[in-house]
Amino acid sequence: MIGTVQHWIKSFTLLELLKGMSVTGKRLFTRKITIQYPEEKTPISPRFRGHHALRRYPNGEERCIACKLCEAACPALAITIELAEREDGTRRTTRYDIDMFKCIYCGFCEEACPVDAIVESRVFEYHFEERGENIMTKEKLLAFGDKHEAMIARDKAADAPYR
Amino acid sequence: MDSLISIWNTVPEALQTLIVILLKIVAIVLPLILAVAYTTYAERKIIGYMQVRLGPNRVGPKGWLQPIADTVKLMFKEIILPEKANRFTFYLAPVIALAPALVAWAVVPFSSGLWLADINVGLLFILAITSLDVFGIILAGWASNSKYAILSAMRAGAQVVSYEIAMGFALVGVLMAAGSLNLREIVEAQAGGLSHWFAWPLFGLMLVYFISGVAETNRAPFDVAEGESEIVAGFHVEYSGMAFALFFLGEYANMLLISAVASILFLGGWLSPFESLHALTQLPYIGLLFDNGIHWFFLKVAFFIFLYLWFRATFPRYRYDQIMRLGWKILIPVTLVYIFAEGVAIYLGWKPWLS
Repeated sequence: MIGTVQHWIKSFTLLELLKGMSVTGKRLFTRKITIQYPEEKTPISPRFRGHHALRRYPNGEERCIACKLCEAACPALAITIELAEREDGTRRTTRYDIDMFKCIYCGFCEEACPVDAIVESRVFEYHFEERGENIMTKEKLLAFGDKHEAMIARDKAADAPYR
Repeated sequence: MDSLISIWNTVPEALQTLIVILLKIVAIVLPLILAVAYTTYAERKIIGYMQVRLGPNRVGPKGWLQPIADTVKLMFKEIILPEKANRFTFYLAPVIALAPALVAWAVVPFSSGLWLADINVGLLFILAITSLDVFGIILAGWASNSKYAILSAMRAGAQVVSYEIAMGFALVGVLMAAGSLNLREIVEAQAGGLSHWFAWPLFGLMLVYFISGVAETNRAPFDVAEGESEIVAGFHVEYSGMAFALFFLGEYANMLLISAVASILFLGGWLSPFESLHALTQLPYIGLLFDNGIHWFFLKVAFFIFLYLWFRATFPRYRYDQIMRLGWKILIPVTLVYIFAEGVAIYLGWKPWLS
């Protein structure tokens, strides 16, 4: 009996509804947490796996020795490598293609690399406008690495203690 | 100026009346459509704020041009006709959905002396015209030849019919109190300041009216007809471009209409809450703000629109059977009891409202 009366009072005073509305009503005036993307950005971890890059040693020699470990590790079969002997007798790639459409950005290539040649940088703002641009060739990857070397080196140094 | 007047005088008298009425219609419909556009902006902004985000803020300063950008986009989009749709009905439906929402504004008094038509059955007219609104939805659902759309049309039809009754009873309560079906006279019956408004003696009926109004316009939490998560978008799944925009125009014009009628019936329309405080209304210059006027009407409409948006930001969608239960088993009995109690109060002469 008392339960019924309580239930009636609760329903007809719209108590629960008013409670809900007070919650949203309060939120109307709280500080908004929106990050306005192109102007403001959230912090990115040094481990972030974005655009790939091929790195060089400080003397300008490319690191990659065409061991094909990354190609073997790649779960999406996104990497294609062909190799040849260079004039000085070292083993080098003649072709190093990453299909960015196949790539799932898992970072296994980076993990597999014995000489830290292929890395994934924190750059994630890139796009392709024409068919074929999605194939990252060796030249493009090396150029990207040269352009962002300072940032990549800093990120790898920051992550080194945890590896 | 004189030449203009002489040209005007050469126009036949019947034509003169027609032109004046047409101009009046334009003067009501254009601001209404602008208000609809900015209601969508307010909706996105307010719901955004309630969800602790910013809402549209890119187009123009603080996003003020967003509704205009939306309109331009919709105007240039293709209207796609489904292959097996009924062509004539498919194109007719959005028009039928929009027209009643605009027609009903003919009898809405904006301020003392500011209306298109001052007819003695204004309340009945509004009830009749707003009921027509569901035809647009049902026709759209049927003509689309889509299962989602027909489901939505069925839901909308059943829902609007059930809530019409509760809404009608709520209006009966008001006309008992005011003793008139004329909207202007209903407002004038509430003259005398805040305490004379019908919102006090008829508070329950105001709640019932507004709840059924929300259900009538198929807005959250009664938006099963639209139900994005259940039946995609309901009756307007197959519509695109301007045909789609007309449905939205109709829906928002209806929201504004329900808000306007609610403020006329229960909050005294254009009457100021400080009407009886002559110290305030007699002040130089700012006294006008405190006096009766169209701004109070707009303020009250804005209040109800804000409630609409607040509801949408707060409540989850009702289940279909719960909607039916609320309409038939709660709102209708409540209004019946309320009307009975009101009749007794009128018989006993409860001052200052019911006498």
